[in-house]
Amino acid sequence: MFTTLNNQDQPINQPATGDAGDFVVGSSLWKDAWRRLLKNKLAVFGLAVVATITVASFVGPPIIKAATGFTYDFMPQNVLLLKSMPPFRGPEVSLSLTHPMGTDNSGRDILARVLLGGRISLMVGLISTLVSLVIGVSYGAVAGYLGGRVDSLMMRLVDVLYSLPYIILVIVLLALFRSSTALGQLVLLFVALGAVSWLTMARIVRGQVLSLKNQEFVLAARATGVSTPRIIFRHIVPNTLGPVIVYATLTIPTVMLSEAFLSFLGLGVQAPLASWGSLAAEGIQNIAIFPWQLIFPGVTMALTLFSLNFLGDGLRDALDPQMRK
Amino acid sequence: MLRFIIRRLLITIPTILVVITLTWGLIRLAPGNFYTGEKKIAPEIEANIRARYGLDRPWYVQYGRTMGHILLLDFGDSLKYGGQPVNRIIARSLPVSATVGILAYLLALVVGITIGSIAALKQNSRWDYGSMTLAMLGISIPNFVLGPLLVLIFSLSLYWLPPARWNGFFSKNLILPVLTLSAIYMAYIARLTRAGMLEVLRSDYIRTARAKGLRERDVVIRHALRGGLMPVVSFTGRALAFLLTGTVVVEKIFALPGLGNYLIKASLNRDVPLILGIVSFIAITLLLMNLLVDIAYGYLDPRIRY
Amino acid sequence: MPNENEILLEVKDLRTYFRTDDGTVKAVDGISFQMKRGETLGIVGESGSGKSVTNLSIIRLVPDPPGKIVGGQILFDGRDLLQLSDEEMRKVRGRRIAMIFQDPMTSLNRFMKISQQLMEMTDLHLPQSRSHSFEHAVKMLETVGIPDARARARNYPHEFSGGMRQRVMIAMALSCSPELLIADEPTTALDVTIQAQILELIKKLKQETGTSVILTTHDLGVVAGMTDHSIVMYAGKIFEQAPTRELFAAPGNPYTRGLLRSVPDPITDQGKLYQIPGLPPDVAHLGPGCPFAPRCDRAADICRNEFPPFVQLNTEHYSLCHFAAEVYRESQQDAPSREASI
Repeated sequence: MFTTLNNQDQPINQPATGDAGDFVVGSSLWKDAWRRLLKNKLAVFGLAVVATITVASFVGPPIIKAATGFTYDFMPQNVLLLKSMPPFRGPEVSLSLTHPMGTDNSGRDILARVLLGGRISLMVGLISTLVSLVIGVSYGAVAGYLGGRVDSLMMRLVDVLYSLPYIILVIVLLALFRSSTALGQLVLLFVALGAVSWLTMARIVRGQVLSLKNQEFVLAARATGVSTPRIIFRHIVPNTLGPVIVYATLTIPTVMLSEAFLSFLGLGVQAPLASWGSLAAEGIQNIAIFPWQLIFPGVTMALTLFSLNFLGDGLRDALDPQMRK
Repeated sequence: MLRFIIRRLLITIPTILVVITLTWGLIRLAPGNFYTGEKKIAPEIEANIRARYGLDRPWYVQYGRTMGHILLLDFGDSLKYGGQPVNRIIARSLPVSATVGILAYLLALVVGITIGSIAALKQNSRWDYGSMTLAMLGISIPNFVLGPLLVLIFSLSLYWLPPARWNGFFSKNLILPVLTLSAIYMAYIARLTRAGMLEVLRSDYIRTARAKGLRERDVVIRHALRGGLMPVVSFTGRALAFLLTGTVVVEKIFALPGLGNYLIKASLNRDVPLILGIVSFIAITLLLMNLLVDIAYGYLDPRIRY
Repeated sequence: MPNENEILLEVKDLRTYFRTDDGTVKAVDGISFQMKRGETLGIVGESGSGKSVTNLSIIRLVPDPPGKIVGGQILFDGRDLLQLSDEEMRKVRGRRIAMIFQDPMTSLNRFMKISQQLMEMTDLHLPQSRSHSFEHAVKMLETVGIPDARARARNYPHEFSGGMRQRVMIAMALSCSPELLIADEPTTALDVTIQAQILELIKKLKQETGTSVILTTHDLGVVAGMTDHSIVMYAGKIFEQAPTRELFAAPGNPYTRGLLRSVPDPITDQGKLYQIPGLPPDVAHLGPGCPFAPRCDRAADICRNEFPPFVQLNTEHYSLCHFAAEVYRESQQDAPSREASI
């Protein structure tokens, strides 16, 4: 009568079967989920905003550079311009489109910096999440599939690691190992942040694998002699992707927030690079007189996180309708 | 129940030691040390300093001595702050951080639970959608954006509240930092409470309570709240670590002399005793608080308690 | 002293609909019945037949959204419950009409001691007895057969077994001496041996207190020894209603006959178990004819096209079927052999 959407006993790219003689249009799990997602206006809004900002961060800087010559670290030679200008104000003119977000204390265009900041913040969020995804999924899948003692041991390790106060260690780590190069610090950030979130991912995946591994398609694969790693990664893991995607989408804003406050504290992204967090740190210095220096990066970040959160919620509702409120 | 507590303690203590060891290891591995600054110093002077601080001994000796002292809660003197005992520095800065943190979380609990409960009771109403959207905003605005914004509005434009600095425990200076820190937790708790209450309100025993003719008010407060708030209790355990980092940020924004501030400065200065002292203290506090939260959770659910 | 033959409950054309993504589900679609004071009424039906929703409608606990009582009257002791305000209805619940549910494990609040759960009810409805409410609770527990009641009153629900928990629920429901007890599949979640005990308990308490009982179940066997009248529900409608003995002896509806045949009888059945073919209908999308037609072994074209009439076969015996009279006659002819096997 209804097609259950926990079709985990079927490879995901096969159409779902309904009752005999039915008039249900066959559609795959993903198409169904996508349809449901599109019906959720807030999630669509979130997706649109995130997509816009992402595109802008990557495509924007070159365009701005081509159009006006501004980059994130371009400081004007003209001494007169080395002061912070409010949005839409030119050096002599009262309304100008040169600097839609104004400039900072060194005359650098804030829009260019916000866009670059976006690129870096988003990249950090994405890459760290990917790192934790790869580690977490592999770890969890192996533990869940192998089961027994190995599983217990591996999960015990996860429990112990989970109870460590990570953020403290990360703060100390980043402060102690302040790299001389901006890139070095960035890599350090990736590693540190990625190392924090893989634990929950591992737990989620392990749980899923535990329930999947006794299903028929696994038995079939084993009967035809497929090797264990192949079973884990080509058969089981794709079926766990639902919760994994949801968790990943919710991890990205969390990681971005972590990077942001670390940069804010001076431990993350270093000058001359910028991320939204470090821009906020710069902006807060002059908040009384030049509030736009903080407001633009801050609001942009808040907007992005807001949209990501809606998107994550929408994905969760779309992929697992039983969880709907 | 007692066995549960003992078992948790047995896991907690090694974890604390691991954390301290890890920190110690990181410090050792890190480049630079507390006595180099911009200047280069003569080798003999360097040798003298190293001998004085026991840095010329092999690493395991240093580790042993350090751990030995730590187990007695003797963290020594700060290297950067003119020989002040670490314990004194901690004792001075802890109340600042603790006050802000505790007030912030209590505020978050009160406001969050109330809003979440009302949202659950008036599901799909304008109040529900409105408060949940607001909660979503609360989760999305970073505290280092919210803080300055609040300062901008309430201090620099309206002149109602002081913008920064610590001014004692009952001053108006506390309001903005506490609000800033509290916002994100208010949001999370509101969402969790709503979800938890919605689930509980659907359960059979609530139906029984209504079938008994109880007033809706009694159904909610006496029956639903207990079960509906369990997710908030579990959340508290996880939130504590993040509350701490939030405190660090807030201390920076509002120039409060708290633990977080000292930790960062100590790390940048390679002030080893101070780093170890603060990290140990934080680790112990966090793990103990987590233990308390788990105990509370076990106590609240009679199936675990008995 | 109320007249023993007074009608306690009269349901008239009750309709309770649910709004779902799939369409409007007419869970209860125009049912009417009466209940006399002191009698036990059985409501029998498969899952989805509407029997639980009927119970929830009487006590007005239909979850809204998505459900709503859209029409009809429920006359309890002369007053239409559907016209009462929320506050007035609340006073009826627990005090005059009590309900027990299917799963005692989830129906009791696991965070509260059962003494508290019992006392809460009497404190609310019988305020004069507050000082004795603990004693009263203990006495109720003893009445339902909880051993060592005084000590066990301070226990939590998880410290009781399933059967004991259901007894606690019964104690709770009867603690304010209601006039009507609605038992919604009280034994479905219990072991067979415990089922019998609980049913015996209900029977005994009913005799002692004179409470009227509505007993809902999908199991005909439960209804046989316990009820005075029975109603068979299907797809939100009453398909047959009769005094229980008459229903078993001479059913007038193919569905009822099907149900009776499904009760396994080790003596006469050799080998195969009978099951009514097919599945319960999708109540959101019913056709124009008889809802049972797709599964009925004597369905004719008229059954598929026209909604059947509610035929009176005897005093107090009605059946919803185009062929009610024929089915009834056939049953009467089969009667002697069936009576023997019950």
